[in-house]
Amino acid sequence: MIGLSLLAPCLLAPCLGLGLPLAAINWHSVLFLLFAVLACGFAVAVVLADNVVRMALYLVLSLGALAGLFFLAGADFVGAMQLMIYVGGTLVLLVFGVMLTAQAQFVSMKTAVGDRILATIVGAALLGVLLLAAFAVPEWRQPGAGIVPEPTATPLGLAMVGVRVDEPPLGAPEGRRAGYLLPFEIVSVHLLVVLVAAAYLARAKRRKTPRAIEVAASVEPPESVAEHAAIGRTAAAGGSQQDGTVVSGRSASVLVGGGS
Amino acid sequence: MAEFLINSVGLPEWLAWTVTALVAAVLILNVIAGGALVFIWAERKIAARIQDRLGPTRTGGRFGWLQSLADGLKLLSKEDLMPDGADGMLFRLAPYVSFCASFCAFIALPFAFDFIGCRLNVGVFFVVAVLGLEVFGVILAGYASASKWSLFGAMREAAQVVSYEVPLGMCVVVPVMLAGSMDMVTIAEKQAGWFPNWYLFHDPFTFVIFWVYITCAVASVNRAPFDLAEAESELVAGFHTEYSGLRWSYFFMAEYGSMFLVSALAAILFLGGWNGPIPVAKLLGLSEGTGDTAGYFVRLLGMFNLLGKATLGVLVMMWVRWTLPRLRIDQVMTTCLKYCTPIAAVMFAGVMLWQLFLPGGLSRGGLFGRPAGEVREGWLEGPGGRAASPGGTAAGPRVQQEAEGVAQVNP
Repeated sequence: MIGLSLLAPCLLAPCLGLGLPLAAINWHSVLFLLFAVLACGFAVAVVLADNVVRMALYLVLSLGALAGLFFLAGADFVGAMQLMIYVGGTLVLLVFGVMLTAQAQFVSMKTAVGDRILATIVGAALLGVLLLAAFAVPEWRQPGAGIVPEPTATPLGLAMVGVRVDEPPLGAPEGRRAGYLLPFEIVSVHLLVVLVAAAYLARAKRRKTPRAIEVAASVEPPESVAEHAAIGRTAAAGGSQQDGTVVSGRSASVLVGGGS
Repeated sequence: MAEFLINSVGLPEWLAWTVTALVAAVLILNVIAGGALVFIWAERKIAARIQDRLGPTRTGGRFGWLQSLADGLKLLSKEDLMPDGADGMLFRLAPYVSFCASFCAFIALPFAFDFIGCRLNVGVFFVVAVLGLEVFGVILAGYASASKWSLFGAMREAAQVVSYEVPLGMCVVVPVMLAGSMDMVTIAEKQAGWFPNWYLFHDPFTFVIFWVYITCAVASVNRAPFDLAEAESELVAGFHTEYSGLRWSYFFMAEYGSMFLVSALAAILFLGGWNGPIPVAKLLGLSEGTGDTAGYFVRLLGMFNLLGKATLGVLVMMWVRWTLPRLRIDQVMTTCLKYCTPIAAVMFAGVMLWQLFLPGGLSRGGLFGRPAGEVREGWLEGPGGRAASPGGTAAGPRVQQEAEGVAQVNP
């Protein structure tokens, strides 16, 4: 029931979030505080936990609360993106965490005291800089700043294909404003290149002689090897969308061994 | 509803919003829980008929109507076991994570025009994103159980779901592209009218991609023939080997909830949403958008349409489950990476070309033609009476020309 009570606010947030600019502002503040506390609390829990799966769980909860904050601010596209990319990405991270560290049940990872102190110093310094920067902007200190009362996905999407429909900021020079078609395309092509390269690197190395392939294919891979082969291939799929090659049990285990 | 509570009942605003959210949440919860009861009974009956048996016949009359309720009572009274070596917190938490993910996706699902928990501008995206989180509970369960079978099942599920998200995403993008919106209400509205207006019959490519979507949807909710995670002949029961009682039933509520959800998503994206095959209401001269009683009943009819289509989808999944044998894990991966993904990619390109070269085909606008212009026009002349901003573009002359030509906004 603890889990349910923790997650219930996350569930209701999208419902409430969009209606909120119309509703009382203090309700908004309450939810904002709730999500902020959840996000920060679970972020601290990630650092303090000593089990890799628990860390991943806390990370997911923290990122989920952050998505709730985005929904609360009316940025539903960014919120959904947050869920898709960060929370989904943590999932893959978790799989690797379990695969690569599970030599025994529930390994607990202890951090050395020196590392803790160093990490605290670095983290505190970064937090200080961020806080200073955040409080230095006067516009952000008004109550209700940053709440977008209307959907943001349409202007974002149109700006991506080069048509700007959002209001220009006050004091901006008159005239045409640039859309983001070119940067968007450049980033897309860049990502495509990365995907192809990852698929190339992760592909199964084919043997020189056809005979060897036949032999390898005729050996029925044992259960666990097939299991790892599948996961190894998913690993490739996670990083590179698809690798598109069938690997036999033997070469797959080589692939996984090389990868880890 | 919140406006009604504020204006007519006189509740303070914060209370009205809370009550609205609670009512929506409870209704969605009932759809999942009630749906699970009915579907479990249906699954038993269908499985029995396919295997030439009778299925439940005694509990609650001739057809065993109350069988699921009896099962529920049994699960309630069952002892809640936890293995000694298990990670207690994660073990207890996992079923709720699964269930919450399934529940959360329902929030953005429209049951009819205006019958929606929360109308999100990026509804399709949200649902697909949240649905992918269900596997998180499964991984937690598998890991926390401290059992090899559970861990194997969980890892299989992770491998499977993460891979199948790729072709699933490609299939979902196609109706989004055709409708020019990620809002599920808009997508369904664009398919209003007679059934040839459905995106399933839009062009040959969408017809093919619908079946790819169904395959990927079955795989992503972890149903046979893709139920590797709980392959009972190999892994005892997979990720839920160590679960019993109520916690176990949460996993099943989540599973049936997700089945219903992907079926409803298929109905909205490809099968016209709440628009029936014959536009009865329109022929009678009624509109679903009006606020009076007639409009309400039209929307109610639409809801039954959608629920009927979604239920049909779930029944097809059951039919498939009891007909096809389970695939091996390498076959599952082959299906995804060597068949579904390339087919989806080719069909996606095909739909795109169709929209470019036959934009007037079946009387619809093209990708770079009307929809973008309509969207822009609607945006500029929105309900708030937004003034036309100086619309400039750095894009190619074509987009600029189209946008200006259609929207007729002075640069």
